[in-house]
Amino acid sequence: MNLKEKKVVAIGEREGVNGPSLRLLAESAGASVVFSVTQCFV
Amino acid sequence: MVDPAILNTSYVLAHAPDFVRYGSKPTREIETDPSLLTQVGEALRPWDEVVAYPPNQTFIGNLTPDDLAAIARPWLENLVTDAKPDGPFGRIVSQAALYGLMKLCDDFDLLTITDAVAEQARAELTRFEHRRDQIVGVSADELATVIEENDGFELFHQGELAGFIRSAHERDASLDAHVLFENLACKATAVLAVSDVFENSSVNPEEIDYMLNTGEEAVGDRYQRGGGSLSKAVGEVVGCVSATGSDIKAFCAAPVHALIAAAAMVASGLHKYVVVLGGGSQAKMGMKFRAHLRNGVPIMEDCLASMAFIVGPDNGDAMRIRLDLTGKHPIGAGSSAQAVYQALVADPLERAGLKMTDVDRYAVEMHNPEITEPGDSGDVPKTNYRTLAAMAVLRGEIERDEMDEFVTRRGMPGFSPTQGHIPAGVPYLGHAHESMRRGELKRAMVVAKGSLFLGRMTQLVDGVSFVVEPSQELTGSNE
Amino acid sequence: MDLDDQANVNRLAEGADAEEMVVILGQPDPNSAGLFAETVTRGDPTWAGPLAGVPLGLPVYHILEPEIREHMDADLYQEHVGLMELSAEVDEIIKWVKFYREGGGDTL
Repeated sequence: MNLKEKKVVAIGEREGVNGPSLRLLAESAGASVVFSVTQCFV
Repeated sequence: MVDPAILNTSYVLAHAPDFVRYGSKPTREIETDPSLLTQVGEALRPWDEVVAYPPNQTFIGNLTPDDLAAIARPWLENLVTDAKPDGPFGRIVSQAALYGLMKLCDDFDLLTITDAVAEQARAELTRFEHRRDQIVGVSADELATVIEENDGFELFHQGELAGFIRSAHERDASLDAHVLFENLACKATAVLAVSDVFENSSVNPEEIDYMLNTGEEAVGDRYQRGGGSLSKAVGEVVGCVSATGSDIKAFCAAPVHALIAAAAMVASGLHKYVVVLGGGSQAKMGMKFRAHLRNGVPIMEDCLASMAFIVGPDNGDAMRIRLDLTGKHPIGAGSSAQAVYQALVADPLERAGLKMTDVDRYAVEMHNPEITEPGDSGDVPKTNYRTLAAMAVLRGEIERDEMDEFVTRRGMPGFSPTQGHIPAGVPYLGHAHESMRRGELKRAMVVAKGSLFLGRMTQLVDGVSFVVEPSQELTGSNE
Repeated sequence: MDLDDQANVNRLAEGADAEEMVVILGQPDPNSAGLFAETVTRGDPTWAGPLAGVPLGLPVYHILEPEIREHMDADLYQEHVGLMELSAEVDEIIKWVKFYREGGGDTL
């Protein structure tokens, strides 16, 4: 899966990898992030 | 400089099955689908099961975390025989008692309860002496009048109509009945925890200089929605006549921020005795009820939880707070798990020349996994402990195949209700104190995190940590 | 998945970017990763939100999957995912996300 120029929806989690982290990683692969969130259930 | 220490701890669970329908999630869902109300009613546990539920027994101190770890899951099916609602540092109270507490906390006649509930409350609210004469109820006719003449909603007890909570202002959302109910329940549960914390303490309420409330409620009106100072409202009820107070707002991490602030106040000599308190979160009652219904398990978010701590000069039988070993998550630190744990755990330990393996026990987010797993939210404490173990591997302190042992030895199963600020590490403190008294614990670290992004004002997370160690005199007996 | 987030994903999946959309997940355990993967492919299995009965069929990957990782900056990846790589049940997580991505049904 080449992320270059893909539009990423990043669904992160506080206890895992969060939204801002997923964003940075996706952008480093050349994707743009159209939506990013960090879920927190507790 | 004074050596600051946690002198006493207390925890309360208030059984509140008829409050579940008014939690934030149940309220919204039942409005859309009223048939859910019957389903909720059928899935609630009776008093005996709530008292005997192993995580609840652990919360009040009758079981240690290690005892709980030895009980097979599901804990729902392995209730404790002859379980008592009173424990060494906590207790479980009935819903009637809770209504009584709310009534005596009510200075504005927001809450009406029936004569019957008031009588039951007076009988069941034991070991509590403040304002008992204010636990009064009304006749069924009078209640009917109140209901007719006011905006608000009806309250129930054991399935029957039992009272009413009214809005305090027609056009102020911050004084709506739902908000006031939430705040009154928070105040009432905090009042009991604070009253209890003096029971086994040599400190008296009149000696408290300052109080810090740590709940996530918002007390105010439309012009000052989160004005706060619930701390002072609580102090008034329990007789802390020398104290004033303020509230620490930091999402779930607030109790840990507050304990550190309290320790700093004591260490500097600003105040001698500080109470840190937190009331229950009515908003989170029944939060995961859909998942529980779907999985055919009881609705386990059926208790309001509260806690209180007395911080003061070390008296020889206390838990010292190491102010040189606190961790904070700075704004510039980055939000990766690694950045967070580096800031909260590794950095403070390194400053003191210690390793992660020099901490006997870590207390992280202590949510009961039996509550969270049906909704696929996982086992939060376990995930946190696994991450800590991974951190220790990356730091070269343990091998990869030693991670399980790290988790078992330095972690523990979650046993706290999912009440936001309550589970954030601090449920372990009562146990830590007992362990230190038995000479079994030399150093524990409490690590709390807060999800600031939930308020939509920042994407940041927050976290804060501190280390506790036994008083010198207790350490003497540890050697 | 949070109901507002379901609505957001639903809206985006109908918008201009839909063709090039990829979902990347960061959940730390197999059950929640599977739940989220299922939600954005077959629809919300808990029947709670806007995606209940709405099969978006989006390409969904987990951040732990090698094919997602390979084009990402290696240092950044280590910094942001390194801990979860060690602590999580990596194979189980990947198994479940892949299962739903490849059109998996009611059971594995």
